[in-house]
Amino acid sequence: MSAHHSTMVAEGADRWLVREELHAQPGTMLGFWLYLMSDCLIFACLFAMYGVVGGNYAAGPSPKDLFELPLVAVNTAMLLFSSITYGFAMIEMQRRRVNATIGWLAVTGLFGLAFLGIELYEFHHLIHEGAGPQRSAFLSAFFTLVGTHGLHVSFGIVWLVTLIVQLKRWGLTDGTRRRLACLSMFWHFLDLIWIGVFTYVYLMGVLR
Amino acid sequence: MTPATAEPRSELATLLFGRLSLDSIPYHEPIILVTFAVAALAGISVLTWITRARAWGWLWRDWFCSIDHKKIGVMYMILGFVMLLRGFADAIMMRAQQAMAFGDAAGYLPPHHYDQIFTAHGVIMIFFVAMPFVTGLMNYVVPLQIGARDVAFPFLNNFSFWMTTAGAALVMASLFIGEFATTGWLAFPPLSGADYSPGVGVDYYIWALQIAGVGTLLSGINLLVTIVKMRAPGMGLMQMPVFTWTALCTNVLIVAAFPVLTAVLLLLGLDRTIGTNFFTNDFGGNPMMYVNMIWIWGHPEVYILILPLFGVFSEVVSTFSGKRLFGYTSMVYATVVITILSYLVWLHHFFTMGSGASVNSFFGITTMIISIPTGAKLFNWLFTMYRGRIRFELPMLWMMGFMFTFVVGGMTGVLLAVPPADFVLHNSLFLIAHFHNVIIGGVVFGVFAAISYWFPKVFGYKLDVFWGKVSFWCWQIGFLFAFMPLYILGLMGVTRRVSHFEDMSLQPFFVVAAFGAVLIGCGILATLVQFYVSYQRREQLRDVTGDPWDGRTLEWATSSPPPDYNFAFTPRVHDIDAWWDMKRGGYVRPTSGFIAIHMPKGTAAGVILAGISAVVGFALIWHIWWLAVTGFVSLVGFAIFHTFNLKRDFHIPADEVTRVEDARTRALAAIGA
Amino acid sequence: MSAADVNKASASADFVHGHNEPHGHDDAHDDGIPHASFKDYLIGFLLSVLLTAVPFWLVMGDVLPSKLVTTAVIVAFAVAQMLVHIVYFLHLDTRSQGGWNMLAAIFTVVLVVITIAGSLWVMFHMNENMMPMSPHEMRIAP
Repeated sequence: MSAHHSTMVAEGADRWLVREELHAQPGTMLGFWLYLMSDCLIFACLFAMYGVVGGNYAAGPSPKDLFELPLVAVNTAMLLFSSITYGFAMIEMQRRRVNATIGWLAVTGLFGLAFLGIELYEFHHLIHEGAGPQRSAFLSAFFTLVGTHGLHVSFGIVWLVTLIVQLKRWGLTDGTRRRLACLSMFWHFLDLIWIGVFTYVYLMGVLR
Repeated sequence: MTPATAEPRSELATLLFGRLSLDSIPYHEPIILVTFAVAALAGISVLTWITRARAWGWLWRDWFCSIDHKKIGVMYMILGFVMLLRGFADAIMMRAQQAMAFGDAAGYLPPHHYDQIFTAHGVIMIFFVAMPFVTGLMNYVVPLQIGARDVAFPFLNNFSFWMTTAGAALVMASLFIGEFATTGWLAFPPLSGADYSPGVGVDYYIWALQIAGVGTLLSGINLLVTIVKMRAPGMGLMQMPVFTWTALCTNVLIVAAFPVLTAVLLLLGLDRTIGTNFFTNDFGGNPMMYVNMIWIWGHPEVYILILPLFGVFSEVVSTFSGKRLFGYTSMVYATVVITILSYLVWLHHFFTMGSGASVNSFFGITTMIISIPTGAKLFNWLFTMYRGRIRFELPMLWMMGFMFTFVVGGMTGVLLAVPPADFVLHNSLFLIAHFHNVIIGGVVFGVFAAISYWFPKVFGYKLDVFWGKVSFWCWQIGFLFAFMPLYILGLMGVTRRVSHFEDMSLQPFFVVAAFGAVLIGCGILATLVQFYVSYQRREQLRDVTGDPWDGRTLEWATSSPPPDYNFAFTPRVHDIDAWWDMKRGGYVRPTSGFIAIHMPKGTAAGVILAGISAVVGFALIWHIWWLAVTGFVSLVGFAIFHTFNLKRDFHIPADEVTRVEDARTRALAAIGA
Repeated sequence: MSAADVNKASASADFVHGHNEPHGHDDAHDDGIPHASFKDYLIGFLLSVLLTAVPFWLVMGDVLPSKLVTTAVIVAFAVAQMLVHIVYFLHLDTRSQGGWNMLAAIFTVVLVVITIAGSLWVMFHMNENMMPMSPHEMRIAP
């Protein structure tokens, strides 16, 4: 795992010291990955909470009464498309084509906004029907789990817009490329969590 | 605490100030008023002293905005010490109340106030004393031990410190504006829910911890990446100092446990603020799930507190026995095993909640298993001492106290791990005695050992030995007087968190315990005196060599205090105990060829972001929605603005490095080193 | 300070240092950013579509007779799709960050399993012993 433990001391170099300036590889990618792992655990807790109280309808509406699976399918597609378009943005980044990168980022953002729009519509509709987060523990857990995911997507979009501005200003530098790579991890990770959401909450909810 | 006869509030007042009003200030609580007077006096004195010394610029530039891990480490230690005084004040108030409140005597603390005190005592000691101490030690020492110039993300480090401080500030604010939670340090619902704690107390609790929690989580990621990526060439994982190993495992625990706390407090906050039903008694809520989740965090948390101190003891015992640590590999494995197992024991904190025999047996067995690696560590320390040339400097004294005290506490822990025994002892004073036993014996004694060990490195002079010994003996004997009676009381069935008793035969025990608390107070006072006396005598206690204890690890290769850049040249490592290896291997200080060093720049962004976070927290607590929203928007906005700032570093010129290194070479030559 | 140092001092060397001139080929220097290829994304995308469409079809179409079997199948598909995302979109392998990413991911998965499975196990037993209600009662109790 670490490349450090072999000490190939070059001829004439000091045994105890390194005389040149040592540039440690920036830790941003590892650091961001570790942050994502911690975010994973937050979602795990929200999933666990949903697992424990998800069947407590409190004599109120149940998933079968509330979930419109076709809409969820469309939403899932929006997020999946946004993942692939971010992938295209990364490929353009590798090819050093700033404008193409920005273009695919913008498309990703649009898909993300579509996802959020549909989700907000769904939430509004549920609250309007009297099935808001206060109605039962099941609905509290539903709104919190799905809502937290949606909040993450919202932050991702804000970050995406910020990065587009920074790309326009500085182009593809080491720094902007690192930030794009981090957002890429974040974005794909959100799609990964959504797999859990649509399976455990929506599909299994209807199956209960 | 709004009086029942309050006037109806205007809509405008509620819009502007939420539930904050002039009634939120506890005018009719004499104890609080006196506390405020003392705190205000102390605060004004400090501010005046700084102003008189014209030190604001220096304080702001060189300390508050510093991203240097050494400065941040010191600031964490100062925060921990200041909060220790507050947390101890709470302790002594409780001991006093419990020593006098028997039968007709009601004591001086009404139950509502007493409840806030024991809650605040726990919250402050764990989150704002122990965590800052542990984080401060790791921050200061780890980069030096691995031969690095700073941590992986220096700005985040500064931000983390200020977020912790913001959390502490909110807890302190609850003393004078509003009130604190009365639920105990873990705030179990339904008591902590909106129905039974409608006031601001639990909200202070939630937001103080959420804000500080962000700081802690980021600090965990920071130190993890530092240890993984920034070790000197030749320092493989199995050549790292043991303190760095325990820091690695501690930060793994931090990154893996704090998200759970974040999630649970979020859910409790939602219940209280928007009326969700996670932990309510009705509408399908399940309060026991809170207890389950908070202890999934809570158990790893106690290992977060103790593992670094185990690392400290490993360093101390090998240095002051003049021997390499016995069983380095088994120490590493023991630490890793503890890290993993700490996720499999959490239910032992609530055996009595009705999960049944099969669940209780599983967790009882895992709890007993987890005591084994700790036992292995203890034997390794003893074997390190065996046939060593032991020097009883202050750190070693604290270690002796730890070994005796912690073992007793550990054994009572194994007793509590047996579910049937726990059914009798859960939430009794026996439990209180147990965890204070391990925390004081382990964490507190460890922190004092670490302070006396590394103080010369940080400030350039040793601590006064006499006052250090006074402090130690006051703490050791004070602890015994304060907590041994509690073991007996617990076995007799006395419950925790009780402010008044009917059974007069219990009083002598509480009086003895109060005496013990006073002794501990003397110990704390002795430490303050120690700092003062050491500063006065600093020339006599001066450490010029940078290596006052004939140390073994790389931090002792630097001057005391180290230069900003830590090492003029990154060391090359060949073996465990790298500095010892260098000394024995004929290392000679370089006198030429110094190069310019790339360093990160200080910034005010951390202070600003944490300050805004504190305001947002305050606004959320008091339901001042417009302030919360604008605060949050400005937080995000400023964070985005900060990402546009690319002027984040500079170079220390080669001649500056040469000047500093030459001065040190001359100083060492002058004492014949 | 040399001229190079002065230049570097005015903006973060680490951030703007880099090859801003367009290259015809991908840069090979190790910056920790995993390499993306169109093939990877295409395979990942097609697999994801399949692994999403089938579970939706199974549930919406009420295709399989047993709810238990349907649940098992869609869970298996979900796990498979998560792996597809991890391999093809997140590019995680044993070489990412010297193996540390993989170690962190495995540790996280273990903790996620312990947290979710452990909580469900503990809470199930607690509910059994402390809140004796049939699942039916749980649903209809206000």
